[in-house]
Amino acid sequence: MKAAELPTIVSTFRDIKDRAESHWRELRDNSKAVIMVGTATCGRAAGAMEVLKALRDEVKKRNLDCPVIEVGCMGHCYSEPNVTITKPGYPPICYAHVNPVIAERLIKEFILGDDPCLEFVLAAAEENDLVPSFSDFPRAQYEKKVVLKNCGQIDPQQIEHYIAHGGYAALSKALQMRPEDIIDEVKRSGLRGRGGAGFPTGQKWETCRYAAGRSKYIICNGDEGDPGAFMDRAIIESDPHSVLEGMIIAGYAVGARYGYIYVRAEYPLAVHRAEIALRQAQKLNLLGKNILGSDFSFDIKTFQGSGAFVCGEETALIESLEGKPGLPYNRPPYPATRGLNGKPTVINNVKTLASICHIIENGAEWFASIGTDGSKGTAVFALAGKVVNTGLAEVPMGTTLRQVIFDVGSGIPNGKRFKAVQIGGPSGGCLPESALDLPIDFDSLTDAGAMMGSGGMIVLDEDDCMVEIARYFLEFTQRESCGKCTFCRLGTKQMLEVLDEITKGKGRIEDIDMLMELAQDIKAGSLCGLGKTAPNPVLTTLRHFRDEYEAHILEGRCPALMCADLITYYIIPEKCERSCDACVGTCTVEAISPNKQRIKVIDQEKCVKCGTCLTACPPQYNAVIKVSPPSEVPAPKKGKTRK
Amino acid sequence: MALNKDKRMAEEQAEFKQQTKQILKRFGRKRSNLIPILQKVQGKLGYLPREAMLEIAEFLNMPDIDVYSVVTFYNQFRLNPPGKHSIRVCLGTACHMKGGYITLDAWKRRLEIEPSETTPDREFDLDTVACVGCCTMAPVTVVDNKPQGKVEPTKVDGLLLGFELERKKQKPGGQLPTDEA
Ligand SMILES: Cc1cc2nc3c(=O)[nH]c(=O)nc-3n(C[C@H](O)[C@H](O)[C@H](O)COP(=O)(O)O)c2cc1C
Ligand code: FES
Repeated sequence: MKAAELPTIVSTFRDIKDRAESHWRELRDNSKAVIMVGTATCGRAAGAMEVLKALRDEVKKRNLDCPVIEVGCMGHCYSEPNVTITKPGYPPICYAHVNPVIAERLIKEFILGDDPCLEFVLAAAEENDLVPSFSDFPRAQYEKKVVLKNCGQIDPQQIEHYIAHGGYAALSKALQMRPEDIIDEVKRSGLRGRGGAGFPTGQKWETCRYAAGRSKYIICNGDEGDPGAFMDRAIIESDPHSVLEGMIIAGYAVGARYGYIYVRAEYPLAVHRAEIALRQAQKLNLLGKNILGSDFSFDIKTFQGSGAFVCGEETALIESLEGKPGLPYNRPPYPATRGLNGKPTVINNVKTLASICHIIENGAEWFASIGTDGSKGTAVFALAGKVVNTGLAEVPMGTTLRQVIFDVGSGIPNGKRFKAVQIGGPSGGCLPESALDLPIDFDSLTDAGAMMGSGGMIVLDEDDCMVEIARYFLEFTQRESCGKCTFCRLGTKQMLEVLDEITKGKGRIEDIDMLMELAQDIKAGSLCGLGKTAPNPVLTTLRHFRDEYEAHILEGRCPALMCADLITYYIIPEKCERSCDACVGTCTVEAISPNKQRIKVIDQEKCVKCGTCLTACPPQYNAVIKVSPPSEVPAPKKGKTRK
Repeated sequence: MALNKDKRMAEEQAEFKQQTKQILKRFGRKRSNLIPILQKVQGKLGYLPREAMLEIAEFLNMPDIDVYSVVTFYNQFRLNPPGKHSIRVCLGTACHMKGGYITLDAWKRRLEIEPSETTPDREFDLDTVACVGCCTMAPVTVVDNKPQGKVEPTKVDGLLLGFELERKKQKPGGQLPTDEA
């Protein structure tokens, strides 16, 4: 940047910041209460919009001076809908599982009265003497929020909130630096791409900066194709400006003029909020021509991905941006030298870009002080499956799987036993108990056959069948294979057929060797990461849970009682209560009827094995069980019940 | 009768053409606009009828088959008309492991259609999606674009009952014969 422009950047940004801060102060001026409702997708699925409406109606009805604003996802998805109330004289208090009735009570009893309704409290956001705070949770000891810092704290639809929380200061600082120095800073920070492969970001930017060609592009990869992950969605929905800011800085560093945010069309709310953010940034001249009075101009557009997993792969993503089917092509040339429209292009994951502003603000040394030798910074995980605290978690690289699952996630619900954790999505693998003390970083999990991936983490318990999960992922990759490489297209199909047979109890013991062989061939014969990693779920389950495969094959038994063809539902006559009809009424196919003694019996011909009766049977009887193999079920004796 | 039907179809096709043209006005003739165009047209018409695809191919000056290949490559695009209500069963990892496939079975059983089909009365269409990002509420079904959490077979029946009641409310006196007999 030319020296003459520096004062303009500084003063232009100072004006913007002053205005944003006074906007925020007006909201939080300590004279009135403020209500924040988490309305990211996870909140909405739990009914947050109804809660928002109830709160707003109540506030309006009573003519209260009490702003009700929308915020993003705090990461405590297990307790949605979340509402946080900041009232003068109290710490900010976060409530869990709020519904419209509770919402009304909060207004009546807390906002109007003095009763903070402790029965609905999740925790306070600050330490205090009244209610336990988030920092008292065991997970607080392990969490370190960098990328998720603003999520759930600000209204993602108001750029002023972001700026008042320190946003765009990094951009203003970056514009006063030389592009080379920014790249140097990112290189020294040790930041590696969060999209899965862990490629050093600074190096990617440098390649792009020095690649021949005048027009260059920045693409934010928000495709998030892993069918069990939602970190990127949550970040775009909750703090879109942090991603934009990273993109603009990247654009300045490599000398790009245009950027694209590629978001899946299945994430309509993320698309919507990204578009609002873009408009607001343009209005303040944080995007567009001569940003903040500098001579750097940059524009960003959104692009909706149309639901193909392979389009998360960078070359396929570029093809789809160009309006073609998303078929990956061979690298090199890498996109950094020849990407979109044949021009040098930086593609980075959402979390990679969201880390940038923190690196510029706090310096490379600060970032490099977090994490392990080879992997710096934090890792963001989407915890789902059989874990108590489902939601988002951000921990320093190097935290162990055990800490994430048992301390941050609070372990397995319903007293069940942990069996495995699936990490890295369709490209990753299932790791058993013995791998739980591995530190999580880009390199450590590879030895165990999995990979960190982009952050999906599905916890599996004793009720989950390892053959079935392998089959599930293979079915997914097989369907999503674009069909370009023969091994990926046909090899995965053949593996899937074998696994199908095994889960139906029709497998042969030789099949295990065949799966291993096919896996090697597919890995060797595929061009992109989809095929190269597709066999991982099968290989890891074979390695760590071979006994389950053998039980299916040799005994026709599914140890986890999951595979429909290998189980039967059975009502234990001795336990069935004559006067109870719970299962009869709920059976979705009317397959259950009482016999002469009013003991309930399942008609196996009609049964579709949906498990509704098992849930319906009251816990004091617990008469419905699953049996595997089905042949273990005692044959019904005519007229009499078995004693 | 048959004549009437032909006439109606011709009218419908003309209408599709017209609306597609309307949407195309907002776009430049660049191939990179293909996917955004398809998304807008599907957003308007509910699916991508043949006439619309032909119109788009002509506009972008590309072979019809290339438009078709893009439409069939991406999961988002549909070639048959949607129902009044859209049912999307999530089969992402978390939902699958918590019984999403059982939920799908329940929808299939009740609606008597397979995924990517529409009921003959055009009330419902059924499809699957991979993770809509609320795994924490698994198993999820997205009903009319709203993710519903913990949809198990009994909730499927509950949701269907809700639609049934709504329909009765709109048409007092129960079901009226439709002209689509
Ligand atoms: C099959 C496949 C799917 C991928 N999906 C994603 C994705 O959903 N999001 C993402 O950021 N990267 C994805 N990647 C990785 C990208 O190709 C690319 O490495 C990444 O976007 C680079 O960004 P980073 O350097 O910030 O990690 C995928 C790769 C493969 C092979
Ligand atoms: S797996 Fe169903 S919402 Fe994520």
